[in-house]
Amino acid sequence: MNLFRAIGLTLLFLLATLSSSGASEADLRGIIAKFATAKGFSEIGAVVHELAAIGDPAVERPLAALADGNLYVRKVDSLVFAGKEAGETVQLSDPLSGEASGEAAKDDITKIKVNNTLRRVIRDALGTLTLGAKDPAVRIAAADTMFKTPDAANIGPLDTAIANESVASVKALLEQARAASVLVSDRPDADKLAAVALIGARGDRDAVSLLTSVEANSADAVKQAATAAIANINSTLAFWDAGQNIWYGISLGSVLLLAAIGLAITFGVMGVINMAHGEMVMLGAYTTFVVQQVIRTSFPDLFDWSLVIALPLAFLVSALVGLIIERGVIRFLYGRPLETLLATWGVSLILQQAVRSIFGPTNQEVGNPSWMSGSFNVGQLAITWNRLWILVFALTVFAVLLYVMKRTPWGLQMRAVTANRRMAASMGIRTPWVDALTFALGSGIAGIAGVALSQIDNVSPNLGRGYIIDSFMVVVFGGVGNLWGTLVGAFSLGIVNKFLEPYAGAVLGKIVVLVLIILFIQKRPRGLFALKGRAVEA
Amino acid sequence: MRGNFSTITKMFSASVVAAGLLMSAPAKAADDTIKVGILHSLSGTMAISETTLKDAMLMLIDEQNAKGGLLGKKLEAVVVDPASNWPLFAEKARELISKDKVAAVFGCWTSVSRKSVLPVFSELDNILFYPVQYEGEESERNVFYTGAAPNQQAIPAVDYLMSEDGGSVKRWVLEGTDYVYPRTTNKILEAYLKAKGVAAEDIMVNYTPFGFSDWQTEVSAIKKFGSAGKKTAVVSTVNGDANVPFYKELGNQGIKAEDIPVMAFSVGEEELAGLDTAPLVGHLAAWNYFESVDTPENKKFIADWHKFIKNDKRTTNDPMEAHYIGFNMWVKAVEKAGTTDPDKVIDAMIGVSVPNLTGGYSTMMPNHHITKPVLIGEIQADGQFETVSRTPGLVMGDEWSDYLPDSKDLISDWRAPLSCGNFNVATGKCGGKGTN
Repeated sequence: MNLFRAIGLTLLFLLATLSSSGASEADLRGIIAKFATAKGFSEIGAVVHELAAIGDPAVERPLAALADGNLYVRKVDSLVFAGKEAGETVQLSDPLSGEASGEAAKDDITKIKVNNTLRRVIRDALGTLTLGAKDPAVRIAAADTMFKTPDAANIGPLDTAIANESVASVKALLEQARAASVLVSDRPDADKLAAVALIGARGDRDAVSLLTSVEANSADAVKQAATAAIANINSTLAFWDAGQNIWYGISLGSVLLLAAIGLAITFGVMGVINMAHGEMVMLGAYTTFVVQQVIRTSFPDLFDWSLVIALPLAFLVSALVGLIIERGVIRFLYGRPLETLLATWGVSLILQQAVRSIFGPTNQEVGNPSWMSGSFNVGQLAITWNRLWILVFALTVFAVLLYVMKRTPWGLQMRAVTANRRMAASMGIRTPWVDALTFALGSGIAGIAGVALSQIDNVSPNLGRGYIIDSFMVVVFGGVGNLWGTLVGAFSLGIVNKFLEPYAGAVLGKIVVLVLIILFIQKRPRGLFALKGRAVEA
Repeated sequence: MRGNFSTITKMFSASVVAAGLLMSAPAKAADDTIKVGILHSLSGTMAISETTLKDAMLMLIDEQNAKGGLLGKKLEAVVVDPASNWPLFAEKARELISKDKVAAVFGCWTSVSRKSVLPVFSELDNILFYPVQYEGEESERNVFYTGAAPNQQAIPAVDYLMSEDGGSVKRWVLEGTDYVYPRTTNKILEAYLKAKGVAAEDIMVNYTPFGFSDWQTEVSAIKKFGSAGKKTAVVSTVNGDANVPFYKELGNQGIKAEDIPVMAFSVGEEELAGLDTAPLVGHLAAWNYFESVDTPENKKFIADWHKFIKNDKRTTNDPMEAHYIGFNMWVKAVEKAGTTDPDKVIDAMIGVSVPNLTGGYSTMMPNHHITKPVLIGEIQADGQFETVSRTPGLVMGDEWSDYLPDSKDLISDWRAPLSCGNFNVATGKCGGKGTN
């Protein structure tokens, strides 16, 4: 152990001396100056290669700036600067030291253009350079890059890095990157077989991708080993694929549940065919947009809290609009479903056009807070944070609603009015107010659904259109008047949809689901969980 | 003295006549204007894209009036709202031509809306300027196509991806919304890729419905398809609203442009405005115009637009440039013909050449399509495109694709002796059939 450590330290020392003696600062500046005269992507690429070949960690700053499109040439003296845009001017700084060197108008400097190919070249170059970085996350990124772009020349630096690595998980990644590089080198077959075994154990899509190209480019034992490893990984991945479909189905189900849950109240409990339900969702999404606008301009630090702030506001806005609609239109139309349908359809058009006139017809940008972005892996399953939070949120809303309906006096009154209006009125319940508040509650819940949906869909005046059909489908399928039915309906439709999609495609999948629902309704006209008793006949 | 007096009288009477002329001028203009029809949806699903074009047309007409109008008359815009309802497009077109007597119509976005108004335009003999990139396989006497044909967008885009600069792509996902434009474009692209030696198993085609929002399965299928050890790219003809959730899902599932770039034909500055573009840097789009193009004409156009719309955050896009070109061509053709009579203007249109916004000239060809440069741009963090490739010259719109068996023998030439939109060079007869 001590021996290893000694060797490692020596190597580290050697590497350090090598890199510091690799090139003087003047040499680096000389190469960077070539960016000013390089024409076209291939010449810029050549300069990047030249810089990377020096192997000095100091080139990380200019290369990273270039990759981000932040490297500029000043027109008057053809000097190269790193820059940061600030309105109409650009803050310039030295590409190597990062020292500020004044600012320049955008017209006086030219940006050095990069494209995807160049970005990849830079990423690969930075990968080798950042192997020894202090931050483990950077080392993991470096190992990942080197795994994806194997190169026989990487074996040496990787060996050094593996010897120095103290974190076990990073070390495993480095070893996999080394194995990938061994496979493209001219090392003996025994080494390559060991490498195939190591990569086979990794077991993800990147491993399949790498092994497929190995399989095509090698012979005999290595080829057979690669074929076997690919078959092995694919059989495990097939299992994960099924898990993935279930997760996608649950996620789609949670979106359907959110969209439908407000309707389960207005249509399910009250029996109002509310075509303006989708617009309540849209109002919630626009409330989120307005909240974010205010936060962006006045309190930029609060951005991660924007959704939490938007939730109560969206509830209030939609509930208020719902209240106005109920008092102004729907209360005159109880018991006349056709007129209600047409009237609420008209209201939905009015709301859409109103939003279009106020905010304009184009999409509005609603940002994702940092905790809603990106994904994490469970085995080979990639779970995106926004979908996970929406699932949690949908279930929470459902639980709260269930509590309100079953455990509060207001919920009791609501159910009493639905079950027998005249009897409830005789008991002293003010039925018109219960109607109004129930409708407001359903609308308000649609509003908070809009906050969640703004994270995954367009915020445009048409937002509601996309959800209205699905919402009715869920409520009717689940059984009108039953919250549990809506929950089960949403998740079963989501999962069936997502299982059909890979085989039938999105278009056909949706048609098949619709046909299945039609058949189901033929058999059970009252949906999954039918209400029983006198209320149904009323 | 007498002489002087006579001069004064002359001057006086001249000024009276002049004043009389001046006073009569507005009265005359009011009942003698040239009407221009604008047929873009201002409500419904397509309002998101088409409202901008309506505003752009109003701006162009305003500017022309400020320059003194056309043939000494003022232009007057007649705006109607076909509400994203395809049959309503035909009704509104009929209303514009028969009731309002417009001299020309600028409008339509989707191919279905265009197909729905075609019979109206040929029956009532009027002119339609169609500003959006489309699938080709059509050339009508009454329509001028100022958007890109497939060879002015799709083919150069694929060529770029196949080139070394574009990443030497070997494996292709053709992802589209399920309607006529993506289906025909993908048919052309599939034939083109196969002609270039791409194997059938290296092409994956997938369609999703309009307004699709749950992209999880599709994006993970793309990821899976891309892990076969060959450089993979997505060519997207996904339309309108469905793009935002598509790009969000790509970003969330960690698909980077360096690994699997997405080349889009329907995503412009307008669509990106509703999106946080930081995770999308490097994804591509092919158009004939980008707002970021640095030319004096474009700078002026953007400044005028911001002034007209009173919002300096509003973006400009490719179909707006198409209307800019189309409108200026029409103005020039009317001046050339000396009348707004559609028959004369249609003949005068061919060969008309006007500046475009990317620093060159666009010319109307005998097949009623125009010449344009093709630009490939990468999405930047600020929601704009950075041009990474540009065709060396102008590309002429090819209405009948050379890569589809049904249309490869067809040509279109609306000049006098031939006057045919679908002439079959193999049989020597007018009236060949394309694929749709």
